[in-house]
Amino acid sequence: MATTKAIKTAKPNFKGQTLLTLRTLTEKEPASLATYEKLGGYAQLKRIVTEKVKAIEIINQVKVSGLRGRGGAGFPTGLKWSFMPRYFDGVKYLVCNSDEGEPGTFKDRDIIRYNPHQLIEGMAIAAYTLGARVGYNYIHGEIWQEYEIFESALAEARAAGYIGENLFGTTFDFDLYAVHGYGAYICGEETALIESIEGKKGQPRFKPPFPASYGVFGMPTNVNNTESFASIPWILQHGGQAFADLGVANAGGTKLFSVSGHVEKPGNYEVKMGTPFNDLLAMAGGVWKGRQLKAVIPGGPSTPVMPATAIVGATMDYDSLSKARSSLGAGSMIVMDETTCMVKTLKRLSYFFYEESCGQCTPCREGTGWVYRVIKRITDGKGTMEDLDLLTDVCNNISGRTICALGDAAATPVLSFIKHFRPEFEYYIEHGKSMVDGK
Amino acid sequence: MLSPESIKKIEVELSKYPADKRQAAVMSALRIVQTERGWLSPECISDVAQYLRIPEIAALEVATFYNMYDLEPVGKYKITVCTNISCMLRDSDEIVNHLQTKLSVGFNEVTADGKFCLKEGECMGACGGAPLMHINNTEMHEFLTPEKVDAILKGLK
Repeated sequence: MATTKAIKTAKPNFKGQTLLTLRTLTEKEPASLATYEKLGGYAQLKRIVTEKVKAIEIINQVKVSGLRGRGGAGFPTGLKWSFMPRYFDGVKYLVCNSDEGEPGTFKDRDIIRYNPHQLIEGMAIAAYTLGARVGYNYIHGEIWQEYEIFESALAEARAAGYIGENLFGTTFDFDLYAVHGYGAYICGEETALIESIEGKKGQPRFKPPFPASYGVFGMPTNVNNTESFASIPWILQHGGQAFADLGVANAGGTKLFSVSGHVEKPGNYEVKMGTPFNDLLAMAGGVWKGRQLKAVIPGGPSTPVMPATAIVGATMDYDSLSKARSSLGAGSMIVMDETTCMVKTLKRLSYFFYEESCGQCTPCREGTGWVYRVIKRITDGKGTMEDLDLLTDVCNNISGRTICALGDAAATPVLSFIKHFRPEFEYYIEHGKSMVDGK
Repeated sequence: MLSPESIKKIEVELSKYPADKRQAAVMSALRIVQTERGWLSPECISDVAQYLRIPEIAALEVATFYNMYDLEPVGKYKITVCTNISCMLRDSDEIVNHLQTKLSVGFNEVTADGKFCLKEGECMGACGGAPLMHINNTEMHEFLTPEKVDAILKGLK
């Protein structure tokens, strides 16, 4: 069975971490059902189903917990759940968004491969609460092994009577399936993901109607991120207030931070919301090779880059980072040291958004191509000073003029890189080479 | 014609959706056929569409939209190297150069013996293990160095 393949990576040091969504990680076989049950897994699902706990009580606990959508938008999960129609004559759907394609994001992968049952239990609790009969977990195309692990975990859960029909001898049914993506960043957008589940191109839908009224196959659908679902069993076990108390104001619980780039020990670190940036950086072994910190993208490229001076005093939570003019996003922290050329880095990011624009809205389809070509012109040594204003102008004409947030996401790195590192761009234009590496 | 093995796998995927929503299985059906045949020829796409009883254009749209489908032959082993930001910061360029020199191919080219094809990939959601590459869409290799790449290539018979 694939679950046994999911052995731990060499990262035994959990000092400073609060393992909640990855709570099985300290165990020998973290992904197995036996391990999860040993740690009290599925007890909350059994309790709420057999004791017929009222949906409104569960939603209230989730609201009290302060859990906000972990996929990047940070929308309060309890509030989102309350949008689902209570009475509906037909099948309602529950969808888990495990399509993490935002560069620097790799947290949901670890939940799936190390603690899949907590995700399944979280989804089953949500299904009970929202009256959803069928669920899908849409998994990022490039992580095939994790898809197989999740399929194995589903088989285990089905055999043990945690998903399927007449659960715990009641009338509650919940079927849960794994769906595999095949390489499209845009499918992380929830309505594009729904289109993809239906077997179509992943192009986002106009909203409204929102998925809660028109989702998978036109039925009411609730979509949450993997980490959000995996937080639910803990919230029900310990109460919403205990979860809120782990974090800080407006940011309850723990957060999985994916730390990548120029650090000694890249990887996922689960810490309390509000943990100082410096502590998190230290857990990741600090900036590699003894170099100085230059900049950090705190939540994936759709969040503004922060110069070292702006982030060193910040704490990792929604309010602190938004005060520092950036955003927590999905907690995908990309660290850059002093040798990083910001012009070349921006060129790569711009190519990504150009490549991944779904092509539906003209400002994004055309604008991302313009942006990439203008930045490439600069790195080819053919840029002019006017190009910097042109880039700003194009980006301002993409932002807010598209169906989904990819357009805004494409504009964010361009605007923030130029704002914070303008002299580097000017130098490149003037000298035809990088100010940092001279090449 | 789809093979009996492919049909069996496609039926498993179909069972995940309502009986009248056969199109929902198109992504996995294309993946299953591609894995069996190596790439998606126009005939494969047409076979999948027929089996699912959907218009051919609906299957073609999906096959051309998602970038892990291969609409041209990719050799026995398709090697996809991520060059996105987290990999770039940890010198994926060195891995790309090494592979290109070693295999004497550029991106989107197949080696003369038809064994390898090199592709540039977008973020694979495993940036903690950067730099990394993928073989045939399923096998992830992380923390790459030129030496490690050599060892991996050696293992591909």
